[in-house]
Amino acid sequence: MRQIAMVAVLATLVLVLALPGMAQDVVELRMTWYTDGNEDEVMRDLLDRFEMENSDIRVVMDNVPYQAGILEALPVQLEAGEGPDMARVTNLGGLANFYLDMSPWLSDPAYWEDSFGGTLGWLRLAGDTMGIHGFPTQLTITGPIINRTLFEQAGVAVPSDASDQVSWEEWAAAANEVADALDIPFPMAMDRSGHRFAGPAISMGAQYFDDEGHPVVAGDEGFRAMAELFVNWHLDGTMPLEIWAANTGYAGANEEFGNSQVVFYMSGSWQVGQFTDQIGDAFDWEVVPNPCGAGGCTGMPGGAALVAIGDTEHPEEVTRVMEYLASEEILGEFSARTLFIPAHKGLATTGVDFETDLDLAMNALVTFTAQVGTLEQTAFDLQAYPNSRIVFDASRDRLTQAIVGELTLDEAIERIQEDIDEQLAELMDG
Amino acid sequence: MTPIDGNLQNEGQGPLARLSAALEAGLAALFAGFMNSLEVLVRPIERRLGMERIGYFFVLPNLLIFGVFVLFPMLLNFYISFTSGTEIYPQDRNFVGFGNYEFLFDCENVFEPNSCNEDLFWRGVFNTIFFVVVQVSGMVLVSLVTALVLNGKIRARGFFRSVFFYPVLLSPVVVALIWKWILQRDGVLNSLLIALGGDRVQFLVNADWAMLWVIVISIWALMGFYTLILLAGLQAIPAELYEAGQIDGTGRWQSFRFITMPLLMPTMFVVLVLSLIRAVQVFDQVYALTGGGPGTTTHFIVQYIYTVGFSNTIKRFGLAAAASVLLGATLLVLTLLQLRAARSNESG
Repeated sequence: MRQIAMVAVLATLVLVLALPGMAQDVVELRMTWYTDGNEDEVMRDLLDRFEMENSDIRVVMDNVPYQAGILEALPVQLEAGEGPDMARVTNLGGLANFYLDMSPWLSDPAYWEDSFGGTLGWLRLAGDTMGIHGFPTQLTITGPIINRTLFEQAGVAVPSDASDQVSWEEWAAAANEVADALDIPFPMAMDRSGHRFAGPAISMGAQYFDDEGHPVVAGDEGFRAMAELFVNWHLDGTMPLEIWAANTGYAGANEEFGNSQVVFYMSGSWQVGQFTDQIGDAFDWEVVPNPCGAGGCTGMPGGAALVAIGDTEHPEEVTRVMEYLASEEILGEFSARTLFIPAHKGLATTGVDFETDLDLAMNALVTFTAQVGTLEQTAFDLQAYPNSRIVFDASRDRLTQAIVGELTLDEAIERIQEDIDEQLAELMDG
Repeated sequence: MTPIDGNLQNEGQGPLARLSAALEAGLAALFAGFMNSLEVLVRPIERRLGMERIGYFFVLPNLLIFGVFVLFPMLLNFYISFTSGTEIYPQDRNFVGFGNYEFLFDCENVFEPNSCNEDLFWRGVFNTIFFVVVQVSGMVLVSLVTALVLNGKIRARGFFRSVFFYPVLLSPVVVALIWKWILQRDGVLNSLLIALGGDRVQFLVNADWAMLWVIVISIWALMGFYTLILLAGLQAIPAELYEAGQIDGTGRWQSFRFITMPLLMPTMFVVLVLSLIRAVQVFDQVYALTGGGPGTTTHFIVQYIYTVGFSNTIKRFGLAAAASVLLGATLLVLTLLQLRAARSNESG
């Protein structure tokens, strides 16, 4: 009996002493993530499978709100050297200073170049042509989504059914006609985002850059033309004040569109998953081609990327996780389950078998994907510009002031330019 | 009392009482043990420092916390207000002297924000001044009236006192969300207006309505606290004074004017200064309710600091720190005024 007790005590002691050692062998990595739809669940599932195959790595996902967590807190954490090991970001070039170049640890760097091509450049600092810092979890394209059921109920023809090239003014007139006929509160809505505004502005002829590559909106006739239309739409009730005037930072009109309170909603491809879940086939929602102006019929490209952070203490383990998630098979599954358009060339060629039975969702994805070829070069240039978010945020905030009458349109455009110049100067100051 | 007596006494009690007595004795022993061990620790320090200076030893932990979490950040903020750039560590930042202050004050006409280099700062300043003047006046008035009513002989007085105090217990964000639900386009108030045959009102996107509601909600949320202070002041006024007044034939208004108000004035002043300091710092509730909008109608100075320092893509810590120093100086002046008034009250 005594011997058994001794053995039990010794076994317990050995276990207690060994446990910390065993725990030390597992590297814990943190991933800052945000979610628009179901991608947090899908990512967790993929990581669980990775952890089962790689028992020496554990990935903790910190799911944060997009505005407060990704746009506001993450840059400060990175600046302070207190960031995560990986993060999902949308300010792709703006945070490039903090990314890890995974090249030394990648087993096949050529796969990344071949699969993600030019989008890897969105994650690089100016002058860097070789670094591999992460991969796009999705390619996004901005564009309008309409409530076709409302058009049918109002007996108004959908303008894009008759022509591929419908102007912004024609869409506004049609949306107003539908809203008047059915007493719908908001004929049109646009996400409160300078990125969303940029596509229409480029369509109206906005150039956004001078010859030296400096961002310029003052004196840009195309920018002013769209800004004037946009402000007037808020004043005449075509667009709701609730989205742009009564918010700070990003705001969407998802809820209003889902409640059939909006006829025409200017947003983007990332909404497809959410609308599939939340609207389903309650009414016919449909993606239509981007409206046209003097400068074309373009939306904005964009996307979210999963990036490795330079301050990580475990670059090798981070790279292993990233290689797993960026593999064609896993990224294909991620895209299929989240209904995100992949930025992976292989997947673009073979196609993604999106996991939805909803024809509305499939049609929406097909239309968005088809618009990649219609995007203007200025849109790509603006997206690739590392400080594009300065331009977007200044446009968003100053145009809001013009909408509520605090500034005239010309004053607002002048202020946008001043904000851009001052913030770039602060950035240059280090 | 002999031990036998004690045992007899215990036998006469229930098990719960015995347990309670044992627990009490145990706690007393624990306390005595703790105090003895503390004495062992403190006695040599006392011998070294002397009786007069041992007090400093006891306030040291709190002073350290104050130093690390209040004083040091304040000094750091002061230094950062003289630097520029996006680097977060002070040693990496560029010293620009009064550059940030000059930038904030660079105006053609300070009363016309559009003529200022940093128009948003001045919009924040003027919005804050307007809010402080209207909200504090309203707060003091409403709190005083409520305190006077609750001090009277009314039915369910205790219940009403709780009801008025209840919003103080709510988080500012919760208060904002409740009122957003009431005031939004399809909110409770608009539903009510439409049901009564009225038109929908854009309470949160119309500039005039938005500022009005921000002030009303802020008063509703905080008045319970100030009412309680004023109520305590009212109850401290001796009833004999009112009785004497009645004998002299004073009416209710005269009683209020010549007895209540003069004796309540020190409490009123405390309420005034406390509400003033709090009003200058307004942020969270308004940020959750209107986001500072429509446009910049309810954009106050603290939101300006938050936006410039943390929310914008390029974090201009130097500019935000300079605005914080100016705000801090304003609060310091208000606090000094309170101290001075409190001292003159004590001496007078």
